[in-house]
Amino acid sequence: MATAMTLAGAPLLDLAGVTLEYRSGGRRVVATEGVGFQVEAGERVALLGPSGCGKSTLLKAVAGFLPPAAGRISLHGRALVSPGPDRIVVFQGFDQLLPWKTVHENVVFALRTARGLRRAEAERRARDHVRRVGLAPFAHAYPHELSGGMKQRVAIARCLALQPEIVLMDEPFGALDALTRERMQEELLELWREARFTLLFVTHDIAEAVRVGSRVILLSAHPGRVRADLRVGEGALAGDAHDAQARVRALVFDALEDWSI
Amino acid sequence: MSTAPHLAAVPTDPPGVTGPAAVASPWSRLAAVANRTWVRKLLLLALLAAAWEGYARQLANPLLVPTLSDTVRALVQSVRDGELPGRVAISLKLLLMGYAGGVGLAAVLAFAAAGTRIGAELLELLTAMLNPLPAVALLPLALLWFGIGAGSIVFVLVHSVVWPVALNAHAGFSSVSPTLRMVGRNYGLRGPLLALRILVPAASPHLLTGLKVGWAFAWRTLIAAELVFGVSSGRGGLGWFIYEKKSELDMPQVFAGLVTVVSIGLAVEHLVFRQLEARTVRRWGMRT
Repeated sequence: MATAMTLAGAPLLDLAGVTLEYRSGGRRVVATEGVGFQVEAGERVALLGPSGCGKSTLLKAVAGFLPPAAGRISLHGRALVSPGPDRIVVFQGFDQLLPWKTVHENVVFALRTARGLRRAEAERRARDHVRRVGLAPFAHAYPHELSGGMKQRVAIARCLALQPEIVLMDEPFGALDALTRERMQEELLELWREARFTLLFVTHDIAEAVRVGSRVILLSAHPGRVRADLRVGEGALAGDAHDAQARVRALVFDALEDWSI
Repeated sequence: MSTAPHLAAVPTDPPGVTGPAAVASPWSRLAAVANRTWVRKLLLLALLAAAWEGYARQLANPLLVPTLSDTVRALVQSVRDGELPGRVAISLKLLLMGYAGGVGLAAVLAFAAAGTRIGAELLELLTAMLNPLPAVALLPLALLWFGIGAGSIVFVLVHSVVWPVALNAHAGFSSVSPTLRMVGRNYGLRGPLLALRILVPAASPHLLTGLKVGWAFAWRTLIAAELVFGVSSGRGGLGWFIYEKKSELDMPQVFAGLVTVVSIGLAVEHLVFRQLEARTVRRWGMRT
């Protein structure tokens, strides 16, 4: 129970010595330094760290939006160089849906554009995935008519409909109220039990990392380095979530003396 | 276990639907009618018309201010004998040529600016220099280059349209959220496809504003240019019609021409742009 599900073969995602830099006001800022870890198919990996640890930058690099300054990111052993529909990102902001398309059309657009599906097939798959996140009654609503939680559900449905190799989530529930956030976390796990997708989930919330992740990778700040790699496992889902959270919390504060708010 | 029931969030009211629908007494029904913007505007228009008619009658100098009734009579007459519609057709044809040229050129500039840094700098430089230049100021130059006639007018029209449209398109493309761009790139869209599928619709409020401003500029420029030299092989447009009638001291016809200018401007604004807006950016909740 305590070990994450692993499949035979090469790691799905492999980060080796990844150093990321960006420019800020002419200065070079090192976001992460020598980060390395692997993600196996079907794993739910939570990237946990304080603000400034470069976890979102790391996710962008995995998505292919930012080339690493050093190191290598590879998917099934092939180095990643550009964005692609094999790694679909769910962002934090509510502006990730196309406002000029309805919920249904948003998913259809993604399927036709990224997967090149024909309309009939895209429509069928879109209906199925919109239903799965409980938004069938809102299929023909425009994004501006939805609440924040509903928008994030659409973004998740759109992502899962594309059946990417790995789902990348960048604090997707960060802008939601606490109650909605907890419900969304439950729903995400429910969806995972159905589809068993591979998930890389960025968060700064310990409780969320433990609840969503089967594994928690801890990053330190300035620059981001891997401090701990904790297997939470299915136990956290089953009921002893408080125990797991307490354990991770202890480890976190142990590993990160400089934990900042 | 199925997905948890979603939160009791309901879609917000569609824009334009306000207030309770049920109306009880005739009085409140009357109040509801009076509350409509267009009813109030119609009333104001009637008041202004009455004021015009009253003032003109009191002044009793049809050479300076003809009455509204004379103007309407003149309007009906020149519509009936086909003179005014012919002039309007000439004007609209020139206008559409200039507008299409201006919008096309603006599209090229804006796409170049969206794709390359040098394109953006070129556009910014050009608009900064040329946007403040009144189109009519180019008329003497246009005359020299294209001679008297349609070519010159189309040239100044293109100038009056291209800068506001390009400026708004550029602002629109620049304001597209980075998240939306990343979503497009995540689906493998790049270059022209990314611009067409993501940037253009995402910038639609700005694009629509640009088209509207461009239209207003073009319409004004056209009438002004025609007033200066509207004649092309003896056939002028609406502006020339006004100028001609002034020379003949046919003041009701001058006013009829002016009323036509205003009416066409209003009609395009309400029938074309408002409709387009209602079907696009308002429906999408993109108009703030």
